Amino acid sequence: MTIRIVHYINQFFAGIGGEEKADHKPEVREGAVGPGIAFQQAFGEEAKIVATVICGDSYFNENMAAATDEVIGMIEKNKPDLVLCGPAFNAGRYGIACGAVAEAVVDRLGVPVVSGMYPENPGVDLYKKSAYIIETSNSAAGMRKAVAPMARLALKLARGEEIGSPEEEGYIPRGIRQNQFASERGSKRAVEMLIKKLKGEEYTTEYPMPVFDRVTPGAAIKDIKKAKIALVSSGGPVPKGNPDRIESSSASKFGKYSLQGIDDLNPENSETAHGGYDPVYANEDLDRVLPVDVLKEMEREGEIGSLHEYWYATVGNGTSVANAKRFAAEIAKDLLAAGVDGVILTST
Amino acid sequence: MRLEVGNILIKDIQFGDRTEVKEGVLFVNRDELAKVAGEDDRIASVEVYLAKPGEEIRIIPVKDVIEPRIKVSGKGGVFPGLISKVDTVGEGRTHVLKGAAVVTTGRIVGFQEGVIDMAGPGAEYTPFSKTMNVVLKIEPVEGLHQHEHERVVRLAGLRAAEYLGRAGQNVEPDHIEVYETKPLLEQVKEYPDLPKVVYVYMLQTQGLLHNSYVYGVDAKQIIPTFIYPTEVMDGAIVSGNCVSACDKNPTYIHQNNPVIHDLYERHGKDLNFIGCVITNENVTLADKERSSNMTAKLVEFLGADGVIISEEGFGNPDTDLVMNCYKIEEKGIKTVLITDEYAGRDGASQSLADSTEKGDAVVSTGNANEIIKLPPMKTVIGYPEVADIIAGGTDGSLAEDGSITAELQIIIGSTNELGYGFLTAKGR
Repeated sequence: MTIRIVHYINQFFAGIGGEEKADHKPEVREGAVGPGIAFQQAFGEEAKIVATVICGDSYFNENMAAATDEVIGMIEKNKPDLVLCGPAFNAGRYGIACGAVAEAVVDRLGVPVVSGMYPENPGVDLYKKSAYIIETSNSAAGMRKAVAPMARLALKLARGEEIGSPEEEGYIPRGIRQNQFASERGSKRAVEMLIKKLKGEEYTTEYPMPVFDRVTPGAAIKDIKKAKIALVSSGGPVPKGNPDRIESSSASKFGKYSLQGIDDLNPENSETAHGGYDPVYANEDLDRVLPVDVLKEMEREGEIGSLHEYWYATVGNGTSVANAKRFAAEIAKDLLAAGVDGVILTST
Repeated sequence: MRLEVGNILIKDIQFGDRTEVKEGVLFVNRDELAKVAGEDDRIASVEVYLAKPGEEIRIIPVKDVIEPRIKVSGKGGVFPGLISKVDTVGEGRTHVLKGAAVVTTGRIVGFQEGVIDMAGPGAEYTPFSKTMNVVLKIEPVEGLHQHEHERVVRLAGLRAAEYLGRAGQNVEPDHIEVYETKPLLEQVKEYPDLPKVVYVYMLQTQGLLHNSYVYGVDAKQIIPTFIYPTEVMDGAIVSGNCVSACDKNPTYIHQNNPVIHDLYERHGKDLNFIGCVITNENVTLADKERSSNMTAKLVEFLGADGVIISEEGFGNPDTDLVMNCYKIEEKGIKTVLITDEYAGRDGASQSLADSTEKGDAVVSTGNANEIIKLPPMKTVIGYPEVADIIAGGTDGSLAEDGSITAELQIIIGSTNELGYGFLTAKGR
């Protein structure tokens, strides 16, 4: 059966016009248009570009949500097995449009996407996790060189074949870690790497060290005696029985729990769900992880304005940064809505 | 220190009237083994099962795996300071029932115990699907405190391994390997032109089910120190931890430390392996600073040109790994690190909790967050319901048909950070 492909391009590559036509609204045309003709040749009989969706770069970037919906609707109607976007080379707005379309196709339609961009195109960093982006030169002069690897990868994806490494396939590394079995055990690979390093020979690390975000501390609270303080913890402090079943490692959720009527945490009303440290002492007296007793006392004595009625808890053990960021964004929204001035974050 | 390791290849295990090795078959007297393992007032019962490669058996929750070994000559006995006197071991001759293992299971102590599948897709990820396993299901008396529960089960497993190992005492080994590291000055002189390599051996010491023991001492309380590689082969280091099942070092893997073996493999050819520095992974910053300072100092003092550093666990100990790397590299000594990754189920998050630019040579033993589906097995030894609560499991991991969907984290040894397995993660 012929593989059905839908191609997304901008107004320029569709031959409609340059910057003056960049507000062109989404339209769909049957078959291959512009660069699609070269792709069709590369696919031969195996795949057919059934439709081309065209949208002006300004229109897309200025109406991103609506334009995405329109474009996705047009793509969906043509029931693709795979979607091609671009290539966008170093055109920033075109790259962002290609990336946004790719992300929406993958997320909403579950269809694989191949795009092509110059590594410095801003669309790369934004969308490389969603789609395979083949590395191209910085201008359309590199079209011929871009078509072959994009077409090859597209066919592989559509056939459901295993995708090789970025070097093998020519795509920009997506920053996604994937397991596989090596031909030698880890210890032997380590010894060989050390011998090379000692000899001053070239070696390749299997994991380039991460670069972390740095968070600028917030401004100091001016009057602590009026401030509303909240407790948030990744040490796993939960009500007895762990009602939300927060995982002992790799948490997929956080919990929000009321402090109403609680002046002290004890083995009857609370426990830790965390699987990464000795829980015995936390379970004896959970104030050791979440200092409710002290804060309630300070609230009574007027040392702080008030203690927020809820505490928020998750488990930090092995929890991915992506999940942690999502929890933090949701918790912060809730804290802001409740007029909280300061937060005490406890870990383990 | 010179140790001869005599490997007696075990091709099969069976129950029998007496515990003995005959033509590669380990016969186990079930009742006698249960009695030896259960010699403790705090143990209520011990049941013994056999699990062989390829059989549809799941063992859960696994606490430790131990290799049966016995001292034939030389000072001391196996697991010194725990079940033998605290003599310095690592010299003379030791016999090993190669291919056999003791696996301990029973009621769960914490969150960190794991799974061994003897068949199916899960079997590919654990080294203990390839060993002939004598499984002990050990139940403590009611009301035993968690710390004591862990200790009781740990010691029972060691007694069982020694008891089985004794069956190999008078058996002629199939092959004998000789390992030797000399006192420092002699060792340096032996291969004066080869780079001197030290192995920095990090031991998990974060607390209950995150402990390791050296000659019986809780490694939390040690100052980093020197140890001959052959001491480790005689059980000088014992696991008391179940960090997460994937990247804890079961006692078996300590006994067979692959970094030590692979360094010996190139010893005298490409490098001069002068010994190991053991250090811990404590939870306070002062402890981390002290231990990494001492480790770097000792490595420098030994005159190392290069080191391999292996981590145990993840998250908090990533800081110990990074401190050791940074401080050792600062002294002009080259490092290679071995770690696993926690990149999220989709592999899209950063894998470590700490970082240094000096860590430019890292071996990855895989992403522990990746999801695996383990089909139901015909036999389950232990308590399958803990699949929902162990580290790497989630509410609903155990399905009604007995299959388990969870992170690789739940499988014993799947991302072992001594590099015992073949798994790695690549950037895609």
